Amino acid sequence: MRGGRRARAMVALGGLVFAMAAAGCGGGGGVPAGWVRASWGDPQNPLEPANTNEVQGGKVLDMIFRGLKRYDPRTGAAVNMLAERIGTRDSQNFTITVKSGWTFSNGEKVTAKSFVDAWNYGALLDNKQKNASFFEYIDGYEKVHPAAGAASARTLAGLVVKDERTFTVRLRTKFSTWPDTLGYTAYAPLPRAFFDDHRAWLKKPVGNGPYTIDSYTRGSAMRLSRWDGYRGPDRAANKGVELRVYTDNNTAYTDLQAGNLDLVDDIPSTQLKNVTKDLDGRYINQPAGIIQTLDFPMYRAEWNRPGMEKVRKGLSMAINREQITTQIYRRTRTPATDWTSPVLGEKGGYRAGLCQDACTYDPGRARRLIEEGGGLPGGRVTISSNVDNGSHRLWMDAVCNSINNALGNDRSCTVNPIGTFADFRNQLSDERLDDMFRSGWQMDYPLIQNFLQPLYYTDASSNYGKFSDPAFDRLIDAANSRTSTAGAIAEFQEAETVLARQMPAIPLWYQNGSAGYSEKLSGVMLNPFSVPVYERITVK
Amino acid sequence: MGRFVARRLLQMIPVFIGTTLLIFLMVYSLPGDPVKALFGSKAADPATVARLRHEYGLDKPLLQQYWDYITGLFQGDFGQSFTGRPVADLMAEAFPVTIRLALFAFAIEVVFGIGLGVLTGLRRGKFLDQAVLIFTLIVVSIPVFVLGNMAQFLIGVKWKLVTPTVQDSTDLSQLILPAVVLALLSLAYVTRLTRTTVAENLRADYIRTAVAKGLPRRRVVGVHLMRNSLIPVVTFLGTDLGMLMGGAIITEGIFNVPGVGNTLYHAVITSEGPTVVGVVTVLVLVYLVSSLVVDLLYAVLDPRIRYA
Repeated sequence: MRGGRRARAMVALGGLVFAMAAAGCGGGGGVPAGWVRASWGDPQNPLEPANTNEVQGGKVLDMIFRGLKRYDPRTGAAVNMLAERIGTRDSQNFTITVKSGWTFSNGEKVTAKSFVDAWNYGALLDNKQKNASFFEYIDGYEKVHPAAGAASARTLAGLVVKDERTFTVRLRTKFSTWPDTLGYTAYAPLPRAFFDDHRAWLKKPVGNGPYTIDSYTRGSAMRLSRWDGYRGPDRAANKGVELRVYTDNNTAYTDLQAGNLDLVDDIPSTQLKNVTKDLDGRYINQPAGIIQTLDFPMYRAEWNRPGMEKVRKGLSMAINREQITTQIYRRTRTPATDWTSPVLGEKGGYRAGLCQDACTYDPGRARRLIEEGGGLPGGRVTISSNVDNGSHRLWMDAVCNSINNALGNDRSCTVNPIGTFADFRNQLSDERLDDMFRSGWQMDYPLIQNFLQPLYYTDASSNYGKFSDPAFDRLIDAANSRTSTAGAIAEFQEAETVLARQMPAIPLWYQNGSAGYSEKLSGVMLNPFSVPVYERITVK
Repeated sequence: MGRFVARRLLQMIPVFIGTTLLIFLMVYSLPGDPVKALFGSKAADPATVARLRHEYGLDKPLLQQYWDYITGLFQGDFGQSFTGRPVADLMAEAFPVTIRLALFAFAIEVVFGIGLGVLTGLRRGKFLDQAVLIFTLIVVSIPVFVLGNMAQFLIGVKWKLVTPTVQDSTDLSQLILPAVVLALLSLAYVTRLTRTTVAENLRADYIRTAVAKGLPRRRVVGVHLMRNSLIPVVTFLGTDLGMLMGGAIITEGIFNVPGVGNTLYHAVITSEGPTVVGVVTVLVLVYLVSSLVVDLLYAVLDPRIRYA
């Protein structure tokens, strides 16, 4: 019968649904008591220390690795972790002694060789590591990582293992604060297992940090339990952390409110209005090592001729930072008054107000300065940025409005939105942008050097505006060859005043990191990179 | 019948090659260099970029890249994403999730959509008909992100009846909410469509004949009425299944479902050519097969339709 056939089809469909239900039972939801459930995203790459340059993978590396130094979550100061001593006489040749007693979670000892092998691996061109440039200061880098062609050496000439716990480093040039860069995860030590069975290691990375990886299901969650054999000073205060994958921070925030999640480390901007009330004060909003600037294309003659610094300063003074950070960002950004970040602290080189008048809103003076400097090139200016993520479109409109109001002309500033980050990137590196463009800098390590040298030194790697000033370069070189940190910082700040005079980039605001957490947690804090300090979290 | 199927399967080949070529060309003509974008806001090291581009074959001419891709595809190799993972792996993770969600939503749509449609078609103008009309109008007019977020907030956060997001996509009880949200819009269409055809066919001569023959009402409705009324509904359901398989970017986003929609969205944003082309290729196949199945179902429903 025909009806019978249809009935069978319905039964089959129903059966399929039930079979799926049966197969799907079990698994699911909860974590054991004493565990933290935190929001996360899938890392871009397999987790290799020298190949991870984004924050999600960085979170995990920060939990399973400890390097020579570690940045104090509160002050940002680099303190010795595995390093017993890092000595130098000339700021170019360093002798590093590794503490004894440290092991990887598979039992292997952490020795000088663990570091040297890891760094050689990270620097070698054949391994295609995205953080390879962190090793460029070490002597011999141009041989293992030439700008073109094949590598002519497999190891860095500047790295020599002296004995089990000692190795020496020779840098290409003097770099007084170099030891303080060693807290970055790219410098983590690696066990032999990484080199002997690379595939297996990538599946289940083995490190020397307070946590070990239990399991990872892509698209869903990674579980890290406390490593009970960890002998370092910062043992985990909780039993483990489940990092849950969220593709949208709004969803994570909803789960936090519903009690399905304990920690969200990025509060969606649409929720900022209610967050203190929603979470009853369990909300953190503190500076992160990120500064947003508007850079000028100094490779264009019309922006680079003498007198234009007045126009550049004038534009800076036409931007009402206070209003934009309050109204658009609800104080999750702070108006910038220098070119570094408050996370450095006064001792680390941050100096509020270094920019002085040039970063203070003053529409009248702004207009006069721009006129004195000969006016905007072509009578108008555009601001370019990718608009595919973040709130870029919003603040760009606000900045343009502010400039237009100050100049009393509705058409003097317009926004040039670029569809994707990749496209924006290309236009930047091809020097195709003729006007101001957005530049956001997230520090690699909390050092004033990192906010200045890669961005404004002649031909530096991220100097997209091609700013070049001999006085600035001289001061940076001098700071790097200083033997005392305090002396170096004074000189870096001196270099920063060159930026204040020339204004190759308008400091806009310092970006904050934010987090919200459930009633179950205490001791939640963010480090200077605005990543939660997981090992200090205690669970009720 | 066999010849018809064979002809349709052969027609799929040019359609398949045409669509993959188009998508390939479109993705690769997107502005910007996806390899450089992997370096984030940091300057990309040119030597490493050159190595990576060579590894992914991006330094070859575009048509040769397509040829390499297609020949790889026929050997079952979907290529590698720019982050070093085989695209086949990415799809093996995303598709089961979406298939579960899609079938769940589809089942809801079929059972409730056709059920409500037949009921209201039989009781035209009565209270139930009016109530369902209002319900379907509301569902059709509310955008899915409003519906999704509202359902999530009320049912998941306020009343705590289900978890607001999907923590484990193999647990069907967690998929209920997203599946219902996903199904609602099509459910409304299916209901309206079924109601109209049922009401129309109810006045047809052959139904009057069947009733006059003294057939029991169950048989009149279940066999004579339904089979004729279902043809437009099956057409709609066939294309809808293809659409559900493509993943629902908005619903998947709201409920944190790691399915095809999410994967595709992120791949497009980051200009991940191999992933976009791979996923869309599979989707094209799903569409082609589901439309073939719909055509075959016509013959089952209406014996007058014959394929030779």
